[in-house]
Amino acid sequence: MNERNERIHGVACTFRKASDVYHAAEKVRDAGWKQWDVHTPFPIHGMDQAMGLPRSPVPRLTLLGGVTGFLTGCLLTWYTNSADYPIVVGGKPFWSVIFPFPVLYECTILFAAFGTFFGQFIFNRLPRHHHPLFDHPQFARVSDDTFMIVLEAGDPNFHVDESRNFLQSLGGQEITIVRD
Amino acid sequence: MAHAPDHSSERPAILDKVRPAELPRSPLILNNRGFHWITDKVCGIVEEPTPLWWKVTFVVALFIASFTFVGLTYLVSTGTGTWGLRSPVGWGWAIVNFVFWVGIGHAGTLISAILCLLRQKWRTSINRAAEAMTIFAVMCAGLFPLFHVGRVWFGWWLFPLPNQNGIWPQFRSPLEWDVFAVSTYFTVSALFWYMGMIPDLGAIRDRATTWWRKTFYGVLAMGWRNGNRQWSNFEMAYLLLAGLSTPLVLSVHTIVSFDFAVSNVPGWHTTIFPPYFVAGAIFSGFAMVLTLMLPLRAIYRLHDVINQYHIDNMCKIILATGTMVGYAYATEFFIAAYSGNAYEKFAFVNRAFGQYAWAYWIMVSCNVITPQLFWFKKVRENHALVWIICLFVNVGMWFERFVITVTSLANDYLPSSWGYYSPTIVDIFTFFGTFGFFSVLFLLFIRFLPLLPMAEVKMVTPQADPHAH
Repeated sequence: MNERNERIHGVACTFRKASDVYHAAEKVRDAGWKQWDVHTPFPIHGMDQAMGLPRSPVPRLTLLGGVTGFLTGCLLTWYTNSADYPIVVGGKPFWSVIFPFPVLYECTILFAAFGTFFGQFIFNRLPRHHHPLFDHPQFARVSDDTFMIVLEAGDPNFHVDESRNFLQSLGGQEITIVRD
Repeated sequence: MAHAPDHSSERPAILDKVRPAELPRSPLILNNRGFHWITDKVCGIVEEPTPLWWKVTFVVALFIASFTFVGLTYLVSTGTGTWGLRSPVGWGWAIVNFVFWVGIGHAGTLISAILCLLRQKWRTSINRAAEAMTIFAVMCAGLFPLFHVGRVWFGWWLFPLPNQNGIWPQFRSPLEWDVFAVSTYFTVSALFWYMGMIPDLGAIRDRATTWWRKTFYGVLAMGWRNGNRQWSNFEMAYLLLAGLSTPLVLSVHTIVSFDFAVSNVPGWHTTIFPPYFVAGAIFSGFAMVLTLMLPLRAIYRLHDVINQYHIDNMCKIILATGTMVGYAYATEFFIAAYSGNAYEKFAFVNRAFGQYAWAYWIMVSCNVITPQLFWFKKVRENHALVWIICLFVNVGMWFERFVITVTSLANDYLPSSWGYYSPTIVDIFTFFGTFGFFSVLFLLFIRFLPLLPMAEVKMVTPQADPHAH
């Protein structure tokens, strides 16, 4: 990368239609870009494939959360009702997986939901309240009705002029440089 | 297609002559509205100056909510004897109201989770408001068992926290299961609601002009940037939360029904309770969604986003679940007769013809008979009538819980220990006020948060399809 790119976050362009940005994304993917993103007001069906994104890793944390929750529930009910202060109630065993099952079930769901919720934030690197894009004049329209492709300066393919021409060849409008 | 398997020999010849008819789908958004219209409509609700109707309703709601405050203050300062509870009826309005409010919440989760898994695109228009309803209804519900414990300042003993007595909650009790079910339900619903709202909060942030708006919505939006790399994780998390909420919502009312079904009281000790409670919960919840959404649709002119197709679908769900509830009432009677158990038989005859027969027949007429009107298209298109029927359903479902709770306790085994329960003015104040408490929260939601999920509504418009030309 050359030194000119240091203060530049990337090059951005806008599209007016979902189908246009979808086909443009396929071409960026085929050109071998790795550090880039498509900003859309809503998730576009099939965009993950058009961008060549791998499957989201969020389910791993969901599974981790669920297993943790189940084991936490087991530990909690076993420790409180069997180890620390055993009480005989209704002739039931001090601990079994059966009678506290509703508790184990709810703990599993609760922790799996925590895994999913925080997993989304972790993998999306959020919260992040400052980002070069927030200063970009066109960016505020992305949450309304505009679609945007941003090629980032960190990508080996990036070169200011060539990347601008590339975006132009994709049919992008309002091609601008995003400063860091 | 050289590699495609040759099915031509299996293909009936008639298919070459006829063309399958294209069945038109009902449009979800009328008048071919664009993305910008949707953003303007939803953000406009939050951005406009506070309307007069909102201020008036808010003050009225606060006034009504003060009844709960007064009722609970009097209860705590005087003692639980101020509620109408005495032997043999130890569970009165408090439990009835708890089950009523929790049940209302269930429709929100059904819309946000189960209809999401079933790919019912019409859910998007009502999803956010229904989820908000869930959360506020669960908050109202939680008040009742919390104060029913008597010494509310020991409410934290419900949770497995170390205390100076060195004792723990007893996990063989369905009431303790309920603590876990309801608190998990509240937490997961709130997470799901908030996470779904993040892109829309970002949209309001991006339009904000004033400092407090930029800060308030900016902080809540967490720096959301609408990038597809974010959407990819977001969509996955949303789907997983929907998948987690589905077994959760079914389990919550199942466990609520265990509060009754695990006991030995005639009329409570039945295996039909879990599915019967869940169907009833969805039934009452959809009625509440329509009760709230029909006025909002009129006030904010949301007719293009919430159209007749949405209302039809909700009415049909009310019809289906109402019929299920009616079927459950019939099954209960049959099983009671078939059981050969004298107490069980008596419990049901007593429900229909005993001292609480008036409540039973209010329940049957509101829950079984009224929703049958939704078979008729003319009724579903008359929104004033739909709204009134929904009120009847709400009343009927409250009476269902009253009938279940009170009739079984008032006349159980020994006639010598029978009694007649009626609520006191404190019970009535506390319950009446929760409608104000609910309305206060819901009005704040309307005023400050996106009422409709903009991103999801945009997603179901025809122009959102990248393959459309």
